[in-house]
Amino acid sequence: VNVVFVDRTGRHVPVRGRVGDNVLHLAQRHGLELEGACEASLACSTCHVYVSAPHLDRLPAPEEREDDLLDQAPLLQENSRLGCQILLTPALEGAQFVLPKVTRNFYVDGHIPKPH
Amino acid sequence: PRLCVVGSGPAGFYTAQHILKHHGGARVDIYEKLPVPFGLVRFGVAPDHPEVKNVINSFTQTARSERCSYYGNVTVGRDVTVAELRQAYHAVVLSYGAEDNRVLGIPGENLDGVYSARAFVGWYNGLPENRDLKPDLSCDTALILGHGNVALDVARILLSPLHLLRKTDITDSSLAALACSKVKRVWLVGRRGPLQVAFTIKELREMINLAGTRPVLNPADFTGLENAVKDVPRPRRRLTELMMKTALEKPGEKTAEVQAAAPREWGLKFQRSPHEVLPTTDGRRARGVRMALTRLEGLGDSAKAIPTGEMEELECGLVLSSIGYRSLPLDPAVPFDTQRGVIPNSSGRVEGVPGLYCSGWVKRGPTGVIITTMNDSFDTAQSVLEDLQAGVLDMSTSREGFGAVESILHSRGVRPVSFSDWEKIDAAEVARGKAAGKPREKIVDPQEMLQLIGH
Repeated sequence: VNVVFVDRTGRHVPVRGRVGDNVLHLAQRHGLELEGACEASLACSTCHVYVSAPHLDRLPAPEEREDDLLDQAPLLQENSRLGCQILLTPALEGAQFVLPKVTRNFYVDGHIPKPH
Repeated sequence: PRLCVVGSGPAGFYTAQHILKHHGGARVDIYEKLPVPFGLVRFGVAPDHPEVKNVINSFTQTARSERCSYYGNVTVGRDVTVAELRQAYHAVVLSYGAEDNRVLGIPGENLDGVYSARAFVGWYNGLPENRDLKPDLSCDTALILGHGNVALDVARILLSPLHLLRKTDITDSSLAALACSKVKRVWLVGRRGPLQVAFTIKELREMINLAGTRPVLNPADFTGLENAVKDVPRPRRRLTELMMKTALEKPGEKTAEVQAAAPREWGLKFQRSPHEVLPTTDGRRARGVRMALTRLEGLGDSAKAIPTGEMEELECGLVLSSIGYRSLPLDPAVPFDTQRGVIPNSSGRVEGVPGLYCSGWVKRGPTGVIITTMNDSFDTAQSVLEDLQAGVLDMSTSREGFGAVESILHSRGVRPVSFSDWEKIDAAEVARGKAAGKPREKIVDPQEMLQLIGH
């Protein structure tokens, strides 16, 4: 399955994976800076990626646990998923996985916690 | 370039990692005041959340790598000063986190039975300075002041069935204390409302589903919120909807049965601000907390809690204040904003001190999970890399790095712990835990750690 990763600098990295490959591990094997702090055990959101439009719907819906963690991912978007929960299928041919740019903003709505 | 990082928690390690990855010539030394590394990953993350600790594997790889060295048992600010580090290295990154907690500032705060959540978490996680806490768990009701994830962690550890805790890396002595615990009701009390809770959905869901317990949420706290949640960002909306569902929906027959039979319960109380911890008749222990009822002014995260004048008393024998961690100033050479409890900085560059940086909680304040700290550390590392690139840092002289620090430490009678020393301690902990079916049995006495490695 041919997919493309887009890193934080905007560089496109085409990658050829196999059906069943885990997107987080695939990215890491190809030197992309996708962190998997909890090692794919659904305990963090460091493998957060944006999935290209047509392919997003071809993924199985996230289980509640993934949604709960995505809620904590900085710069959450409609097409956000956790990379460690995406397994390659033929339907994902040509999919683009974009790494979020997070550097300074940690909240999706720009909110900074204020003391009260 | 020779750089050093002060603090071996996630902030320290992620900053080191990022610098090492993006600069092939850099050498990074990580200093840590305890003999053992990893900071809050070891001492903060709850024992029943082992997957969150997997990040230790990544940090271990970094520590073992050629251009990185770990020096434990070195207290920066005492054993070696920041000024001395700045002479030995081209750049110094402060990532020493938040070792203290905010205080309530109310009468009765020092009564027996009142503890900071930070100390309680340190106690069950084997943090040496909290090993003798001996929290009194002989009452049936505990009040946790605060609505963050730490408050939920504490509630969950207090109420978890023992068979779940027994297989974790919770310390043996805490397990023994919890086995004798009489606590069967925990209230999490916050000054503001449901829309201002700071805990996150995964942790709340876990608490709602905790075996042997029944969630007690007052429907009156949640009626009328349906409109308020329509326009809030997704994370806040899903979190509020979960609380509303738990408070307002009738559970199915099976769930209702299970809940009715549950021996323990926990609940959320809102718009109550602690005014005074009330003493027992002998004046020594906590017997309850007098609360000021509040109303909310403003919306969302900036809503303020204003006392209405009405008061309420909540009975309890155990009070845990979970109102935030707090950083402390490290060294007179480092500017510190006592008001905000952070080192004044701009993208991690310490204000007014070139070559000095900060990352993690001491930079931004003590909130956020590992991913927040990770991103923040990368941000600081970027600043360091930019400054290296732009010639902002004085690279005209080579620096001796640990070579210079070593003789200073020696002259002060301090013997650093190496990473392979830590691995001996690690192996010993794992071996001790094996017999009990635990991932490890933490050693809580620093002297014992040092003896084990022959220091």
